[in-house]
Amino acid sequence: MTQIFAYIPFNNGAAEDVALEFPSAAKKIDESASLTAVVVGSGADVDAVANEMTSVYSEVIKINQADFAYPNAEVIRKALVNVIPADAIFLVPHNTFGMDLAPGLSVKMDSSYAADIVDFEGIDGTALKAVRQELGGAVSTHVTIDIASGAVISIRPGSFAPVEGGAAGGSIIDKSGDAGDLSSKRKFLELVAAEVGDVDITKSDVLVSVGRGIEDEENIEIAQELAEAMKSVVSCSRPIVDAKWLEKSRQVGTSGQTVKPKVYMAMGISGSFQHMGGVKGNPFIVAVNKNPKAPIFQVADVGIVADILEFMPELTEAINDL
Amino acid sequence: MEILVCVKRVPDTAENEFELNSAGNDLDRDDLVYSVNEWDNYAVEEAIQIVDNVGGNVTVITVGDDESEEVLRREMAMGANDGILLSDDAFEASDGKGIATILKAEIEKGNYDLIMTGAQADEGAGQVGGMVAAMLDMPYASLVNKIEVGDGKIIVGREIEGGNQEMNEIELPCVLSIQTGINEPRYVGIRGIRKVASVDIPVKGAGDLGIDAGSVGNAGAKTRRVDYFVPDMGDGAEMLEGSTGEIIEKLIEKLKAKGGL
Ligand SMILES: Cc1cc2nc3c(=O)[nH]c(=O)nc-3n(C[C@H](O)[C@H](O)[C@H](O)COP(=O)(O)OP(=O)(O)OC[C@H]3O[C@@H](n4cnc5c(N)ncnc54)[C@H](O)[C@@H]3O)c2cc1C
Ligand SMILES: Nc1ncnc2c1ncn2[C@@H]1O[C@H](COP(=O)(O)O)[C@@H](O)[C@H]1O
Repeated sequence: MTQIFAYIPFNNGAAEDVALEFPSAAKKIDESASLTAVVVGSGADVDAVANEMTSVYSEVIKINQADFAYPNAEVIRKALVNVIPADAIFLVPHNTFGMDLAPGLSVKMDSSYAADIVDFEGIDGTALKAVRQELGGAVSTHVTIDIASGAVISIRPGSFAPVEGGAAGGSIIDKSGDAGDLSSKRKFLELVAAEVGDVDITKSDVLVSVGRGIEDEENIEIAQELAEAMKSVVSCSRPIVDAKWLEKSRQVGTSGQTVKPKVYMAMGISGSFQHMGGVKGNPFIVAVNKNPKAPIFQVADVGIVADILEFMPELTEAINDL
Repeated sequence: MEILVCVKRVPDTAENEFELNSAGNDLDRDDLVYSVNEWDNYAVEEAIQIVDNVGGNVTVITVGDDESEEVLRREMAMGANDGILLSDDAFEASDGKGIATILKAEIEKGNYDLIMTGAQADEGAGQVGGMVAAMLDMPYASLVNKIEVGDGKIIVGREIEGGNQEMNEIELPCVLSIQTGINEPRYVGIRGIRKVASVDIPVKGAGDLGIDAGSVGNAGAKTRRVDYFVPDMGDGAEMLEGSTGEIIEKLIEKLKAKGGL
């Protein structure tokens, strides 16, 4: 029988949303597989999360150790190698923790590795068929993952339907004693909070968001004029912040701000999942992009194929004339 | 400090509209524009800045074909001192572990204090750095957006969700995957490229590296791409068409209805 284990990330004693998505992913791998949640941390938080997970998973492994007070992937990896059966399928979230943990874990477990999976299409023999994306979401691919000697697989948060928690019923197995040697050459020091900027883009009902399609620093002004006409503010994708054309506090996405506007104007943004991961609350999305195949058109409500440097000034003018 | 930076030649997402070939099993690669993986430029820039500060040497390395040599030269034009091309028919269609196995074999022949990769490349995997580290039993930190070099160890910042930063102390030698925004990669002009045009770049194959050809390439791959496809995402966006004036008129009506104006 296929054995699947799922790593449960949590913050302040509450599991992240992906904890409810793993069961759907597991079903798509193999309807009849056993599924076990794995909760790693220290203190009361671990117990709280393990308890919470018994309402979703029939079996929960907890590993409670002072060394896990901060989730240092290098340390947690060592414990997982000792606790997870080598031939199991181990699911982790494809987030900044999973990216830190999973590739090395697959080497240490001598398992196959597949990253950022968005769908599964079942097992044929020892080949698990899965779907992922390449080139920033421009194309999708099918991959086969050989699970004969186990697999570590990171799944994209938000890709699988969340399940409802039922009544508590799962059993908790305490494996804290099996963690083994946790010495590490990488030590966590401290967290540095993201800088707060002059504008709080999370407060605006309308966002005019610019991406690499803005092409030049001086063109930001064109977006600013449109934002003013729409009584809104300018936000952006990551490359604009990397280039230092706008402040980090204006970046929308998983490594930036999470916004919930009513209307989101994506101007010259391709629509990568890390960017769209910051756009919540189901806003009305308008995408303007000169590439008719841009992935943003798959998630937008309204699409316009145009050069934003020509389109935005005309739109600004039309709005100002209203 | 001896620094090795792993770089990859990838299709440029900004320059291409991707189409599938007529068989539907690969991209139509005939007219694709390739460049250095965006993240790798940040890694090379960071390596050059470290060596400028503390001395040492920057080597860039890639697993690829003849055409991959051009990305090594580009990074050498930026300021990397040496380049190494790992190339062999047996390396074709390697999965992440295959690439990491090939890189590891060459890394073991050197004496590097610091090995850097990009946070991710064209396939969006973000896997090679962490695998190389585990294979070499070196500590690893991913998504690094700050590096301070000390004696025998370094302080690194990892970018985590929400743009927060996780500071770590990590012992050398180590492997780091570099996130964009850590620096501003310098511009490379035609003159810079010309200067390194005739520098010798060694090419090594499976035999030189002592790699069993069956453990890499398609033969050794446990994760294999079967095909490319364009997903059916339902209807997608309603595309507004017509003259710019007509499009703007329709858009304004919709924006009014949705609370955008
Ligand atoms: C761990 C991690 C975290 C990340 N976090 C974030 C994040 O929080 N936020 C984020 O945004 N990204 C994030 N990224 C980066 C993300 O993967 C993409 O690289 C990024 O979102 C791309 O930004 P873009 O769409 O502006 O640029 P591109 O992907 O280059 O797209 C530019 C688009 O503009 C179009 N265009 C070009 N010129 C014009 C023109 N004149 N008129 C109209 N259209 C034009 C092009 O067709 C293209 O579709 C993260 C990446 C990683 C690895
Ligand atoms: N073929 C390759 N040759 C050299 N380095 C590579 C290769 N593929 C990936 N890498 C390195 O690994 C990083 C992450 O790529 P990936 O794991 O494929 O997402 C890249 O930024 C490179 O630094």
